[in-house]
Amino acid sequence: MTFLPKPKLHHPDLPTNALGLTRRDYEGAISTLCAGCGHDSISAAIVRAVFELDLPPHRIAKLSGIGCSSKTPTYFLGAAHGFNSVHGRMPSVLTGANLANRDLIYLGVSGDGDSASIGLGQFAHAMRRGVNMVYIVENNGVYGLTKGQFSATSDKGAKSKKGVANTDSAIDLVGMALQLGATFVGRGFSGDKTQLVPLIKAALRHKGAAFIDCISPCVQFNNHVGSTKSFDYVREHNEAVNRLDFISGREEIVTEYEPGTVEVVAQHDGSLLKLRKLAADYDPHDRVSALGYLQSRTAAGEIVTGLLYVDPDAEDLHDHMGTVETPLNALTEAELCPGSAALEKLNAALR
Amino acid sequence: MQATDVSDPTYFHKVVDCQWACPAHTPVPEYIRLIAAGRYADAYMVNWKSNVFPGILGRTCDRPCEPACRRGRVEEEPVAICRLKRVAADYKGDISDLLPTAPRERTGKRVACVGAGPASLAVARDLAAAGHDVTVFDGEQRGGGFIRSQIPKFRLPESVIDEEVGYVLGLGVTTRFGERVASMSALLGEGYDAIFVGCGAPRARDLKIPGRQEAAQHIHLGIDWLSSVSFGHVTRVGKRVLVLGGGNTAMDCCRSARRLGGAEVKVVVRSGFEEMKASPWEKEDAMHEDIPILNYMVPTAFIHEGGRLTGMTFQKVRPEYDADGRRNLVPTGEPEEFLPADEVLVAVGQENSFPWIERDAGIAFDRHGLPVLNAETLQSTRPEVFFGGDAAFGPKNIIWAVAHGHQAAISIDLFLRGEDVAKRPPPEVTQVSQKMGIHEWTYDNAVSIDLRYKVPHVEKARALADIKAEVELGFDPDLAFHEAQRCLNCDVQTVFAPKLCIECDACVDICPVDCITFTQDGEEAELRARLNAPSANTAQDLYISHGLKTGRIMAKDEDVCLHCGMCAERCPTGAWDMQKYFLDLAQVGAKRAARAMVHA
Repeated sequence: MTFLPKPKLHHPDLPTNALGLTRRDYEGAISTLCAGCGHDSISAAIVRAVFELDLPPHRIAKLSGIGCSSKTPTYFLGAAHGFNSVHGRMPSVLTGANLANRDLIYLGVSGDGDSASIGLGQFAHAMRRGVNMVYIVENNGVYGLTKGQFSATSDKGAKSKKGVANTDSAIDLVGMALQLGATFVGRGFSGDKTQLVPLIKAALRHKGAAFIDCISPCVQFNNHVGSTKSFDYVREHNEAVNRLDFISGREEIVTEYEPGTVEVVAQHDGSLLKLRKLAADYDPHDRVSALGYLQSRTAAGEIVTGLLYVDPDAEDLHDHMGTVETPLNALTEAELCPGSAALEKLNAALR
Repeated sequence: MQATDVSDPTYFHKVVDCQWACPAHTPVPEYIRLIAAGRYADAYMVNWKSNVFPGILGRTCDRPCEPACRRGRVEEEPVAICRLKRVAADYKGDISDLLPTAPRERTGKRVACVGAGPASLAVARDLAAAGHDVTVFDGEQRGGGFIRSQIPKFRLPESVIDEEVGYVLGLGVTTRFGERVASMSALLGEGYDAIFVGCGAPRARDLKIPGRQEAAQHIHLGIDWLSSVSFGHVTRVGKRVLVLGGGNTAMDCCRSARRLGGAEVKVVVRSGFEEMKASPWEKEDAMHEDIPILNYMVPTAFIHEGGRLTGMTFQKVRPEYDADGRRNLVPTGEPEEFLPADEVLVAVGQENSFPWIERDAGIAFDRHGLPVLNAETLQSTRPEVFFGGDAAFGPKNIIWAVAHGHQAAISIDLFLRGEDVAKRPPPEVTQVSQKMGIHEWTYDNAVSIDLRYKVPHVEKARALADIKAEVELGFDPDLAFHEAQRCLNCDVQTVFAPKLCIECDACVDICPVDCITFTQDGEEAELRARLNAPSANTAQDLYISHGLKTGRIMAKDEDVCLHCGMCAERCPTGAWDMQKYFLDLAQVGAKRAARAMVHA
C-alpha cells in the first residue's frame, strides 16, 4: 500500500494516442494493494491496452465483484464508468447493463474467489449467453484478503505458505469457458505484459463473451516454493501456444513471415489478430482440440498461455435476442409508445 | 551493456546534475533541504565550505547548476538554486561560532597570493585553515578583486563582500593591500615557499576603429569604467550612451549607465541576440530597465565633431552558416546605420596580462600569453608557482575561480609537504538508506507540478534613482520554502539490488516518468530505442543491472527520474532502495572547516 499520490509529472516526451491522450490519462487512483501485487500489473496492462486502442475512457464500463481483484477498477481508467457489485454478482449486473446500453464497452474484472467459488454460476451463464464483454479473472489461487487460504483454482498438491498441501481439485476456468461457449478464450500472466496487452486489446475488440484467465501471483501469500502460482513457477512452466500481435484495421501488415508460421485472423470490426505459432499444430479455431490440448498439457504440469480459442464471427446476446440497437436511455417516447395502431397489430399477432 | 558500477562515486555524482555541473561541486540538494527545514546557518556552512562566498555567489553566480537542473527537464524551469543560496546567506544569523579558526600548530611554511580576488581568497582560506602562513597582496585597499571593482553595487552590496572576505582574512591571513606586485622576481626574492597567482584577467580589449583616438575622451573601456564607478571616481554619464559588447560586463555597464544619468542607453552587439555571452537573466534585467539590445551590427567608426563624440556608425550584417556549421557574419548590403551618442562604453572582452612576471623567471607562457600549467594541479613550469582563476586559463567566473582555488590549495599543501602534487586526495563519499519505516522516508519525496517562483525586485523607479539600491530583494523565508520544495532531491539515489528482485513489474508500473525497463540486454544505442519511454538524452546515463532470474536486465534511464521513491515504495522485496549520496570534495584544511558542519 502506498500513501503518496503518484506524481502528476510525466515523461516530457510521453506519446499521445489518436485522441491526444497520454497513457497517464488512463490511470486511476493509486493502488492500495500490497506492493508487488500481480493485480497492479494487470491494471497497468489494461491501461496500456485501452490507451493503445485509442478508446475514450468514458465509453468504457468497468464492473467488479468483491476481493483484491475486484478493488482494482479503482486503479485504472479513472474516467470510466464503474460498478463495484455484490460478491460474485458482477456477471449479472454487467449483463443487465449491457442489455440496457450496448454502446459501452464492458470490462468485467473478477478474481478466482469471486468467479470460481461464490460466483461460479454467474460466470457460467455470462459465458454461455455470449454477453459482449471482456471477462478478466485475476487468478492468484488464494484468498488474499483473508490471509491466504486456498481458493477453488488452487492446484491439487500446491503448498500453502505454511507448507500445507491442497487436497481439492482445481477448477480450470479456461476449460469451463471453452465448454460453456465463450467465443474468445485466452490465458495470460501478470509478469508478461508483452503477451498480456495484445490479449486484452484483442478481447476488447472481440464481439461476444471474451474470457481471459490471468495468473497473478499473490506476493504476500502465494509466491513461495511449492506454490503453483508464484512468479518463478509460472515462468518455469509457461507454455505459450502462440504470440499475438493485435493490429487495428487501419495499419498494414508489412513484415513477411515464413508461410505457416503466422496466421492472420480478421475480427468482425476489421481488426486483425496476427498469431505467431509457438506450439506446432495448435489450432485456435478448434474448440474441441483446444480443450484436449489444454487438458493434456495441464496433466503434464504445464501452464498453457496465449490466445487459446477465437471465433472471429461470433454473435452476442443482443443478436440472439433481437434487441433494439439504440441504448434504452436514448429511446424517445415515439419509439417507446408507438401508438394504438402498433398495439392493435401486436394484439392481432397474439390471437 | 556493461553493468553499471555504482561503487564508483562518479556514477551517482553525475546523477546529481547540479552538483556535477558546479565547478566547486557544491552539494546543492543538501543545502536546499536545510533551507526548507529553516536551518539557514547550516545551509550557509555547506555552501561556505564548498564555495567560500555563498552571499556573493547567491547574487552573482553564473549558475552552471541551473541549466543542468533535472526539474528543468521535467517542467519548464529549473530550481532557483542561486537565489536559494542567497537565502541561506541572508537568514543565517551569526555564524562566527561555526567558522574555523587558525590552528595553533603552524607548519612554518609561507605562501604568497597575488591578487585578492576569489581564487586567491579561496587558496588563502584553505591553506590558512591548514596552518600555513598566507600573505595576500592586492593593489587596492580592500580585498575582493573584481568582485569589488566590477560588479555594480545594485547587484551586490558592499557589506556582503566585506563580510565574506572578512571570514577568510579572519583566519589569520596577512594582507599587504595597497601593494601592487610589480615584479615576480622580487616576490620570489622574499623567500616564500610557494606563490599563487590569482591576479585575474585585468586588461580590457579595445576597439581600434576610425575615430577612437580623436573621441577618446568620451570612449571608455568597460571594466575600467565599472571600477571607476565602483570606487566613486565616475558619478555621471552622458544622456545618450552606447554599450558595445554582449557579455555580462556589457550588461553591468548599461545598467550602471542608466543609473548615472543615461536616459537613452543602448546595447549594440555584432552577433545575434541568442548568441550573446551574457546570462539570459542579466539580459532580461537590462531590457526590463528599458535598455534595447540591437544585434547584428558591426561598429565601423566613432563619429566626432571638433573632439566631441556625436555617435557611431554600424554595418548591418546577417549570419550565414558554412558547410561545417560555422557562422559567418556577412554584410546585408544595407546602408550603414548611425546611432547618436554622447558616450560609448566598450565591453568587447578582456585579456590576461602579466607585465609584472619577468620572462626569465622560469615561468613559461604559451602563444596566447597564458601560463603553461598542469590543468589539474595548476602548477606552472616553476614548481613553487601556481595559477588559478582568470589568471590561469583566461576569463571565466567567480565559481570557477573558487574551484581553482581549492585545487591549487591542495597542490600547494602537497608541495609544501614534499609530496607528489599529482596524487590528488579522493572525495569523501557516504551513501545511506533513507528508509525510516514502511512508508516513511527521511526526505520529502512528494513531487508535484510546481512552477518556479520569482524573486521580488525593488520598484524600477527607485532602482534607477540610486546606483547603490540593490535591485533584487531576495526570497523571503516563505517563498524560499516553496522554491526549495521544487528540488527533486536528486542526491537521494535509486539503488537496485538484482538479487532481491522478483521481476513483478511493480516499479515499472508505478514510475511516473517510465524510466525503468526490464528487457533483453543489448548495445546502448539499440537498447535506448526500446526502453519504455523515449531515451534521447545520451548525456544522461543508463543504470544497467544484470543478475536477474529471467536473464533480462534492468535498465533505468536517469534522465528524468523524479527521485520520488515510488519504485522503492512499491517494491515488495526491497530490491529498490533510496539512498542519500553525499560527495564531499577533498579540501585542504577540510577537517577544521567541517568541524561544525551538520548534515541534513
